[in-house]
Amino acid sequence: MHVLDVAASLTTPLLPDDYLTYLNPLWSRREPRGRVDAVMPETADSATIWLTPGIGWPAHTPGQYVRVGVDVDGVRHWRTYSLTSVPGRKDKRIAITVKAIPDGVVSNHLVRHARRGMIVRLAPPAGEFVLPDAITEPMLFVTAGSGVTPVLGMLRALAAAGPLPDIAHVHLAPSRDEVIAGKDLRHLEQRHPAYRLHEHHDDRRGLFDVVALDALVPDWRERPTWACGPAPLLDALSDRFDAEGVADHLNIERFRPVVAADGAAGAGGLVRFTASGREVEADGATPCSPSARTPASSCPAAAVWASVTPVSAPCAAAASAICAPASRSTATPMTRRTSARASPPQPAPSTSPSSAKGPAR
Amino acid sequence: MSTDTSASPLAHLTPEDIEEIGRELDAIRDEVMADLGEEDAAYIRKVIAAQRGLEIAGRGALLVSLFPPAWLAGTTMLSVAKILENMELGHNIMHGQWDWMRDPEIHSTTWEWDNVSSSDGWKHSHNFQHHTFTNVLGKDRDLGYTLLRIDPEQPWHPLHLFQPVTNTVLALFFEWGVAFYDLEIDEARAGKRPWSNVASDVKRLAKKATKQLSKDYLLWPALSGPSFLPAFLGNVTANAARNVWTHGVIFCGHFPDGVQTFDYTEDQLEAETRGDWYLRQLVGSANIDGSRAMHIMTGNLSYQIEHHLFPDLPSNRYAEVAPRVKEICERYDLPYVSGSLPKQYAQVVRKVVRMSFPGGGGAPPAPTARGRPPTRPPPWRRGRRAVACGSWRTPPR
Repeated sequence: MHVLDVAASLTTPLLPDDYLTYLNPLWSRREPRGRVDAVMPETADSATIWLTPGIGWPAHTPGQYVRVGVDVDGVRHWRTYSLTSVPGRKDKRIAITVKAIPDGVVSNHLVRHARRGMIVRLAPPAGEFVLPDAITEPMLFVTAGSGVTPVLGMLRALAAAGPLPDIAHVHLAPSRDEVIAGKDLRHLEQRHPAYRLHEHHDDRRGLFDVVALDALVPDWRERPTWACGPAPLLDALSDRFDAEGVADHLNIERFRPVVAADGAAGAGGLVRFTASGREVEADGATPCSPSARTPASSCPAAAVWASVTPVSAPCAAAASAICAPASRSTATPMTRRTSARASPPQPAPSTSPSSAKGPAR
Repeated sequence: MSTDTSASPLAHLTPEDIEEIGRELDAIRDEVMADLGEEDAAYIRKVIAAQRGLEIAGRGALLVSLFPPAWLAGTTMLSVAKILENMELGHNIMHGQWDWMRDPEIHSTTWEWDNVSSSDGWKHSHNFQHHTFTNVLGKDRDLGYTLLRIDPEQPWHPLHLFQPVTNTVLALFFEWGVAFYDLEIDEARAGKRPWSNVASDVKRLAKKATKQLSKDYLLWPALSGPSFLPAFLGNVTANAARNVWTHGVIFCGHFPDGVQTFDYTEDQLEAETRGDWYLRQLVGSANIDGSRAMHIMTGNLSYQIEHHLFPDLPSNRYAEVAPRVKEICERYDLPYVSGSLPKQYAQVVRKVVRMSFPGGGGAPPAPTARGRPPTRPPPWRRGRRAVACGSWRTPPR
């Protein structure tokens, strides 16, 4: 890094990054990027997108997600997608699987318009929805729709390492054709006797009732469980696990509400800084990032760049999460750089170089 | 264009007119804002790429600037790069014109410019003070930059006798002028700003200036080895060229003949409506006519009127907005001050010289002028807000 520090004194007030990214966009260390290498359709409205991440992108743990910044009609949007590839590939590529949701600006853009060579912004991988280091007990996966994606990442990683352990997987989808990576899952089941896939297709059997677990996986109470899908399913599961006294077995990944991520057409709102507990009013275009220009704070500005989310009750969690996705960088002070003399109350500008190192490196 | 000779070019407007003008201008802004997209984003990225390419090429050529053609090419490219960086990029990005893209690399909160002053200080003095209180005497410190007497209503001081010289020095070292101006020492003297604030700003300036100076005058020349001296001189020339150019463009934006200043009290400013504010911006600014290249080199501040009406509208859109603003001016019989760069610059120089002597209120009006600047609150406000404007005289009708 010393070379870059010296170079920075030649490029000040810009960073060497500002020039190097013209040679290769993947060289940006300040705002890590990814290049789309391939788009593989999964179902009619979903696709797996293979990306080469920029230098310094840390390997993920299966089950984690990545925040992806995509420019649609000139405006940067950030969305979170589960990583579905096996970590640590030789070619360094990663994959996300995206389902186009109706009126979804980013998901539709990615599924229908992503092309080889397209550059996106990448935050470091994050998320606590991961498997234990050592798997010793039989497990249960319950997934629905695109909720299968983090579990796909886990299954593929496990399968790459050896025979799959005892896993019961209940997956819900509207129909057989709409099962994301359905072929892969069925193929896994054929090759790994310990992995049992139970597909539930709404078009044939109606909506899934969690009571059905008793029939599908009679010993579900003994199995540590990972569940991901729409809120009603997860709520029903939580209730069931609570009622049976096995709530500590249940690991849940909720898809965060994306409604507010566009700031209700840039309306802005209250931003809560989770580290400091401060709250500030901000418009929809205000970044929650530290200065992107100072090398000291060259933690992934992208990672804390937030479309400001209104902190109304249901979205409070989302806002905090969006403004602090760097759960592993709680030491990172997130400040808005505005004139110190500007009237609105500001979080204290505290970009101390030592603590501002982000996880992207 | 009318032959109205009353004290204010706005005297003939009714409160309803003013409100309607405000609505029309709002509509123009909303329309363009809603239309921003991919092409605009591509435009600013293209300018950024061109600017960085020119800067690299210019500095590259200066590495071998013992060879005179390399010096000339390098200095020219670096000058153009610095001008682009200052005007079309720095000024406009720091205004927030590109914040809608939500790209942290092209954003008013993160952009730092190639200037000795830090962007934070500038954003306060420029975006807030100048753009809010445009041309209000005693409030808009840009009226003469606390250094020059630029309006007959500003009190004369014997030091002003030297202002033609002061102004020339200011032009050559404009970035330093801006840096010291942003420190607001005058405000601290007047007790409106704690000296501790000034001290911390001085520290910030020293830090930034050290980096800037060592880059331009030490590190790059040192890299040039035997070309140290010509490379050094190339940087001196490029910075001076940028300073003189930006100084000229900015002075032409508010000081040519026919541009109005306002002697408002706090109450009067407080009582301003959206329409009033628009009109003050409109008659308080002047455009420069020229080619597309000229407009880009001025950062589209040649559309100063449009910039002041819509400070956060992306600069590439001013050209399309200008005819619509002009049309409103024609319809409501309002001045729209515009002229070629030499013409506007000559008027600025003449004003700087004239104002170095006492008086000057009876300066001959320029062809575009509607009369001398109002020496009291404009009469068009009087009828509507009797409380705030009780002492104003009735507009002649």
